[in-house]
Amino acid sequence: MDEGWREKFKLRAMEALNKKAPFGNDVDLSRFTGQAVSRDAIPDDAPDKALEVGIELSEKKSGIYFQLDHSVILSQLASRIKGLELMPIDDALSKYDWLRQYYWKALSVEQDKYTATAELNRTKGYFIRALANEKITQPVQACLFIDSEGLLQAPHNIIIAEEGSEINIVTGCTVGDRAKRAAHLGITEFYVKKNAKVIFTMIHSWGEETYVRPRTGAIVEEGGVFISNYVLIKPVRDIQTYPTVYLLGRGAKAKFNSIIYASKDSIIDLGNRIILMEEGSSGESVFKVVATGTSKVYNRGQIIGQSRDTKGHLECRGMILCPTASITAIPELIAEHSDTELSHEAAIGKLQEEQLHYIMSRGIPPDEAISILVKGFLDPGLPGLPENLQAEIRRRLFIIDKSLTKGV
Amino acid sequence: MMLEVQGLYVSIDNREVLRGVNLTVDEGEVVAIMGHNASGKTTLALTLAGFPQYNITKGRIIFRGEDITYRAIHERAKAGLAIAFQSPPAIRGIKLKDMIALAGGINPWTSKSDTGFVEMILRKVNMEPSLYMDRELNVGFSGGERKRSELAQIFAMRPKLIILDEIDSGVDIDSLRILGGSLREYLEANRCSAIVITHHRHILQYLKPNKVHIMSNGRIVLSGSYEELIPKIEALGYEALIKGATASG
Repeated sequence: MDEGWREKFKLRAMEALNKKAPFGNDVDLSRFTGQAVSRDAIPDDAPDKALEVGIELSEKKSGIYFQLDHSVILSQLASRIKGLELMPIDDALSKYDWLRQYYWKALSVEQDKYTATAELNRTKGYFIRALANEKITQPVQACLFIDSEGLLQAPHNIIIAEEGSEINIVTGCTVGDRAKRAAHLGITEFYVKKNAKVIFTMIHSWGEETYVRPRTGAIVEEGGVFISNYVLIKPVRDIQTYPTVYLLGRGAKAKFNSIIYASKDSIIDLGNRIILMEEGSSGESVFKVVATGTSKVYNRGQIIGQSRDTKGHLECRGMILCPTASITAIPELIAEHSDTELSHEAAIGKLQEEQLHYIMSRGIPPDEAISILVKGFLDPGLPGLPENLQAEIRRRLFIIDKSLTKGV
Repeated sequence: MMLEVQGLYVSIDNREVLRGVNLTVDEGEVVAIMGHNASGKTTLALTLAGFPQYNITKGRIIFRGEDITYRAIHERAKAGLAIAFQSPPAIRGIKLKDMIALAGGINPWTSKSDTGFVEMILRKVNMEPSLYMDRELNVGFSGGERKRSELAQIFAMRPKLIILDEIDSGVDIDSLRILGGSLREYLEANRCSAIVITHHRHILQYLKPNKVHIMSNGRIVLSGSYEELIPKIEALGYEALIKGATASG
């Protein structure tokens, strides 16, 4: 494949290799390697690990992309779903010259050292496209799996929902037991065309020594809807992300829902920015977090109203279970037009004793009662998520809480 | 003997609220506790249920032969003592069906969920399962719905003694009939005892208490039969009745 067209991005990336990100700790990426352990079969524990992040690995299922370290193991099954294209990004770039116009368009390659490193060390990624006016009801699944110790995984994903289409994507990112220390720099670009709808659910299950710096941009056209659900339940070393959505068509909508269970010494710095660029566009971000252990959680939200009849709302609800954990909510509302309506709401507090005693009065021991309340507080209820996946998230919240809240 | 409360003194934030309560409840017996506001009725109920903010400074609570004075809330519940709260909290994210299952000892998130038990319980309190199963616990419930939700959870626990803290407050006449009827049925079928805390006689018409106690200032000051005391309360009010009782000895 002629890779010459990428040279300009590579040159720009080289310039930005030392550019620190405005938020989060600076991760020393030299500690990680692009070298993956050579493996041509799916490791035995992968199906279970994938299931933990909502991905059912099965040859029989359609619409699955499974990337192990840098190798795409499964992705050929899209053809069975009408109106869907799913393939490794390199295949898509070879197949469609026009795709180059979308590459590094929703976000900039020189945004920071992570975008730059991702470009210079790109390791596959997926391309998902819903063809015009196709409503793809069956969730499309993508799983990025790290299995090699010390690996730097940097996929570049592009998702395009053509005019009038609808697509529901569930992505899971996880690590195998062999990769104790790893870094994930996932680049994801969304293009939601006129009157199209994308529901994107990302479930992360990292290791206690995984550094995660996803970089995401989304461009939503007239009447388009972009819904992003994010679930993080297991401990992680350090994650920082701050996706930006540009609502550049009339009446475009964006919504972020985040469900975070922060435990052990995880550092979790999650934000998002919604820019209401065109008349009638609206955005909302709802962030729910429970913090335990010595975890540190930051929720940054920014909404910028730039046009008339625009609306934006930020919400952060936090429950703090340990005196050693912390939650910081940093909402920013920027009105650049007189006819924009922006609001935010944040409430962080401890578990309500009245509720705890109430549950206990039904014969339920305190640790279990805490777990029930935590589960209820975080209850997914995520739009577009299949009921079996919602149930799976509920079940896992219940099990994980029980083990982690003991002695609180 | 189902319950024996011996010389119970309770304080909240170093303020004495109960000052020597003595009370017995036999198996299958229904006991009413009445009295004006702040007489100590709810304190007694929550102390019996084991709420830790109620500090027992003296006295003992014997439940089915065991001293439970210092037992935790959930242990008392497991032993068969259940309480219906006057103002139960609304809890988002927890469904009524899950709470009923949990109260019945079923983990709704790990067991293959069988809703048969929950449906049966909901029907006992006249809550149509299809309308209520998936509602969040007490969220947006009317007064009557909250109280029926309380009873549903309690019936699921299969208790031996139910403490009803103003089960009739904020409830319309139709809901009261449902609550009274389903309670009576449960108590009789299970030889279950009840302590009914109330301001009004209406609920007592359904529950037919064996005894009525009147509390004032942290003590039981007057006891008698339903037939004997209720007409007097209605005629004189608590204050005059208590004054009369104290004056006569």
